Amino acid sequence: MKKTVLVGALALAGLSAGVASAGTLDDVKARGTLNCGVNTGLTGFANPSASGEWEGFDVAICRAVAAAVLSDATAIEFIPTTGKTRFTALASGEIDMLARNTTWTFTRDVDLKFEFVGVNYYDGQGFMVPKELGVSSAKELDGATVCIQTGTTTELNLADFFRANNISYEPVPVETDNEAQQQYLAGACDTYTTDASGLAAVRATFESPGDHILLPEIISKEPLGPLVRHGDNEWGDVVRWTLNALISAEELGVTSANIEELSGGTNNPEINRLLGTEGSLGEMLGLDGEWAKRAIMAGGNYGELFEKNIGEATPIGLARGLNAQWTNGGLLYSPPFR
Amino acid sequence: MSTMTDPPKESFKLGMLIYDTRYRSITIQIVALIGFLILAGWLINNTVHNLAVLGKPIDFGFLNDPAGYDINQRLIDYNSQNSHWRAAFVGLLNTLLVALLGCITATIVGVVVGVLRLSNNWLIARLMTIYVEIFRNVPVLLWIVFTMAILIETLPAPRDFRGENPEASMMLFDSVALTNRGVYIPEPLFSRGLGDLPILPDRASDACAVPEDGGPVSDACGVFQVSLDMLLILAVLGAGLYVSGLIRKRADRIQNETGDRPTTWHYRLGVVAIPLLIVLVLLGFHVGLPALKGFNFQGGIHLRNSLIALWLALSLYTAAFIAEIVRAGILAISKGQTEAAAALGLRPNRIMSMVILPQALRVIIPPLISQYLNLTKNSSLAIAVGYMDLTGTLMGITLNQTGRELETVLMGMLVYLSISLSISAAMNLYNQRVKLVER
Repeated sequence: MKKTVLVGALALAGLSAGVASAGTLDDVKARGTLNCGVNTGLTGFANPSASGEWEGFDVAICRAVAAAVLSDATAIEFIPTTGKTRFTALASGEIDMLARNTTWTFTRDVDLKFEFVGVNYYDGQGFMVPKELGVSSAKELDGATVCIQTGTTTELNLADFFRANNISYEPVPVETDNEAQQQYLAGACDTYTTDASGLAAVRATFESPGDHILLPEIISKEPLGPLVRHGDNEWGDVVRWTLNALISAEELGVTSANIEELSGGTNNPEINRLLGTEGSLGEMLGLDGEWAKRAIMAGGNYGELFEKNIGEATPIGLARGLNAQWTNGGLLYSPPFR
Repeated sequence: MSTMTDPPKESFKLGMLIYDTRYRSITIQIVALIGFLILAGWLINNTVHNLAVLGKPIDFGFLNDPAGYDINQRLIDYNSQNSHWRAAFVGLLNTLLVALLGCITATIVGVVVGVLRLSNNWLIARLMTIYVEIFRNVPVLLWIVFTMAILIETLPAPRDFRGENPEASMMLFDSVALTNRGVYIPEPLFSRGLGDLPILPDRASDACAVPEDGGPVSDACGVFQVSLDMLLILAVLGAGLYVSGLIRKRADRIQNETGDRPTTWHYRLGVVAIPLLIVLVLLGFHVGLPALKGFNFQGGIHLRNSLIALWLALSLYTAAFIAEIVRAGILAISKGQTEAAAALGLRPNRIMSMVILPQALRVIIPPLISQYLNLTKNSSLAIAVGYMDLTGTLMGITLNQTGRELETVLMGMLVYLSISLSISAAMNLYNQRVKLVER
């Protein structure tokens, strides 16, 4: 009784807050589809392809989770969210997980009551300017007009950066990435600022990407990662370890090409535990033994996903940088499967 | 034997509340009211209770925290270290600004179009019909976005004004620059200005300490500051208009007594203009021209594209409705009035302004109030073009950064409700004045 009235009351108030339910994992299994919140459209991270299929680096995380839980990487309802709507959508239970280049911050984790399950991309906020502007450093942007997506951490970083350097700027708030591109290309703002990966993705869609440069300053830390609601630890574990499985798979050399062969059994006990031929890690998660195998087969390991969606061979052309494995000098470091 | 008997003294029985028609309607209403109150109480109680369970009890304390974000258009002093309260206030002022500008423009355009729609000139009447139908039948959000897109795509960027042979140049003796970041117009400056008057200053704070050289206190003093120059000019203008009104009344009286109206326009112009000019000279009035410096034009007043797009789109959209209201009001006046006025020898313009419109106002004003309310509420679509109104600051960025949906949305609703009720109250007062006095 209390619960139904709550739903009504919250709907009336135009507010959606989390409803403590039996468990998201059970809900997803019963429903047969995963509701995954993604970007409204950011090339390389989450974008519908020409045939209407969602694809991208964030989308791949959703597919891996769906493959692990439901044995079907396509059993997903993708729900596009904007910077403003994403948290409400997650808190209200409209989506089961959010994979939308969302920065892990203290207040989002603690005050907004979300659970960041890990980091799938280490990013930082940068600036893009047209080459003809003749600017080579963000500190030369005194008095510039800056396009910025409203409702994001970038807005606060921007204010802090300009205040710390004692220079002025004129913010032009925009709702979506597309509007920002329109204003930037028309010259209505001198520079566009958002996560450096996002800038690279946007630049890749321009007619002449070479006319625009990314300034060297990275003014913030932006660890982007998938997140779930606070308080449902079983579900949080599933998403967290699916992400870790993708990262570990790269570290262990498990790829979508050799996974069938390796799942026959290997000399490496960690690979065996990961792929379910040894131990019962899957059962502990409330899934079956082959969950991680399906997750990796959905699109490949972390490295394969990176190269396919945003790597140097793609128009976006991002280098691994901080996102290399720890063995290669990067920050990716999955806890052991044991 | 008397057949007259006292009617039997009815004793009140509980059943009568239902079966007696005298009481039944009251019973039903009381039951419905109690039911409604219980339902409302239940919903509120559950919301509060469940929010507390979720660990998000209703708490407005976040409003005192630093906002952390910047706002481009601010009518009062604001920076990212000010509180969310102040950010919301900046947004509120922006809402009021666009609502006021919009209502004024919409009224002017609406009245002109409404009158012209009834014109005998076939072409003008049809053109106005097309205007009304186009604007009335397309959602206002599309008009706002469309106007913004036109401004951004067609006007030159500030860097086009640079160089030996610039692609674009300023207008009106280099005083106005139309760019795709907004319009820069000259600003009034006073070389011997009187400074600003802090409203609600906190004398104890550092910001309000008078500097040692006896100069003006800092900009951050008080909730906001009002320019004393502006107050003085408004006072002089008001006094001039008042005296001008007295001269007009005297002329009316003389006309009623003697039939001759003395020529007064030069006196009336003089009492308004001469004191105003003297004050402007004393204050050292001059204009500051915008000039291209660095990335943008500096100096002058910057009317941002977001404001212009929102203002134009809201005004033109609402004006289409007002035009129809005006047309209906005029058509509601009997044709006999026009013919009688014409028989007295009044010219068509005067018939409209002195006979028809004053009567039509009685029909026009009540629906006009609704249009003003609509315009004000539609201004909350501002975020579509990045105009930082109340919806953009309090219910936009503040909501996002603090995650306090319920509190911010409740506050926003309360503010819009107050604005709307204030507009209604003001317009109802005006309506009282012009409506037909019934005996």
